[in-house]
Amino acid sequence: MNKNYFEILRAGINSTFQDLGRNNLYHIGIPFSGAMDNRNYLLANKLTGNDNNNPVIEFAYQGPHLKYHGKAINAAITGDVSFKIKKGNNLIDGECYQSFILENNDELDIISTNKSVYGYLAISGQFDLKLQWSSYSTNIKAKIGSNNGEKLSVNQKINIKEINQNLVSKKLNYINTKIENIRVMKGTNFDYFSEEGKKLFFGNEFKVSKLSDRMGMRLEGKKIENIVDTNIRSEGLIKGVIQVPADGNPIIMLSDHGTIGGYPKIGVVISADYDKLVQLTPGSTIKFQEVDLNSAETLFKLYDLETQNLISQI
Amino acid sequence: MIKNISNLGDAALYCDFGTEINKEINTQVIRFFKTIQKKNIAGVNNLIPSYNKLIISFDLKKINFNKLKKIIDNIEIIKSDTIQNKKFEIPICCEKEFSLDIKRLEEKLKMKEENIYESFFKKEFFCYMTGFIAGMPFLGDLDENLRAKRLDTPRVKVPKGSIGLTEQFANIYTFESPGGWNIIGNTPLNIFDSSKENEPNLINPGDLVTFKRITKENYQNYHE
Repeated sequence: MNKNYFEILRAGINSTFQDLGRNNLYHIGIPFSGAMDNRNYLLANKLTGNDNNNPVIEFAYQGPHLKYHGKAINAAITGDVSFKIKKGNNLIDGECYQSFILENNDELDIISTNKSVYGYLAISGQFDLKLQWSSYSTNIKAKIGSNNGEKLSVNQKINIKEINQNLVSKKLNYINTKIENIRVMKGTNFDYFSEEGKKLFFGNEFKVSKLSDRMGMRLEGKKIENIVDTNIRSEGLIKGVIQVPADGNPIIMLSDHGTIGGYPKIGVVISADYDKLVQLTPGSTIKFQEVDLNSAETLFKLYDLETQNLISQI
Repeated sequence: MIKNISNLGDAALYCDFGTEINKEINTQVIRFFKTIQKKNIAGVNNLIPSYNKLIISFDLKKINFNKLKKIIDNIEIIKSDTIQNKKFEIPICCEKEFSLDIKRLEEKLKMKEENIYESFFKKEFFCYMTGFIAGMPFLGDLDENLRAKRLDTPRVKVPKGSIGLTEQFANIYTFESPGGWNIIGNTPLNIFDSSKENEPNLINPGDLVTFKRITKENYQNYHE
């Protein structure tokens, strides 16, 4: 029996297995999880000839350094990522959105994401992982999913149970664009805030705080004044909801967020802008621009068409 | 019943059952939740019942707000069986290292520590909902004099097992998480078990809960 696996020489900052996430568990407190940047997740799988819902390795900032053992496979990295492939004594600069072949003893060193947070590594095969609630996604806060709910750690092995030996090279011309303007719809508690607070929210710049992770993104800026109540009765949350606690600094719910919250909801990030939002690094600025439901739906259609179009080009 | 349905962003319905919180309204929310769950409406990917709201999130590729609202507006509620109540007694230790906010609460409530605990331990709580983090039970109702607001800035890390108070509710942090509730103690009991896929939550909506104070020694030896 052939054994194919990665040896982890360095784990990276926050490397986890992710797929499309899990549905229908919010009522017991389990969020979607899944790849933060859905488009880059899908592209990584297509570049390696996989189905849409194949689990991949998501990394943040610094990625893992891996050594491959086994039969040749295809691999691809998406996002804005610097990485190197080591074949014997040759060190090759890696290119995103272009599949490459990994052979026995090759090393893949994912050095860092550039001015972005998340990147994705897919392989032409199936990692040997455990499905939990119909998903392979790891939620490290709840210790759910692949790798016993933990991040990857140094010296562990990642076994590959099935490999696809079709090693056709695939490539896509795509560059991630960065945006500072994030489009937002008014939230259910928009009127809890003073006129000045509302103007601040749609107009002022906010800075992405270091206290941001897969659960949420905290922002810093001028205090948004609440004139009704800084608490609401705890109620459901979804990803993209922007809550403002009493200190006046917005917090945006991201894919591993808590399912219930008690701070007023000033806004919700539109679905079309979510992938771009999650890629904003700590220290960068963000501005919110108001759109209505019709525009948000149209913008999502455009986003989805563009994604499908990119996938079909591979 | 539902007083109003609005949108929460572009991919969720926000069903409002009013501003009051009591067991009757909460039971209506749970009935509605169970009805929709059984209907398996195409495109709906999550239901989040809370005290007096129900959020229905959906996949914008499959359905949109107006189409789903029409379906929900015309849904007939199944009169489900009465919710069965299980009873639990949760051990908690209130030593200094666990009761992170007891001093803050003494000031907020203008009450002495022992009176806060006395009022808390004599109560039988009703579980209104679970969530925020996996398995966290929202338990009501605290006596009027124990009702305090959340912390102004939520903690980045609340220790696993912490018992927190806010407004008329108590809850239990099923694992380490950010959070803004006033922490008064900690339980060694495991409230959420992800290895049980069918029933990971110890406490579910409708269950009844009391708390029992234990010593630090009992706490430390709890799993032995």
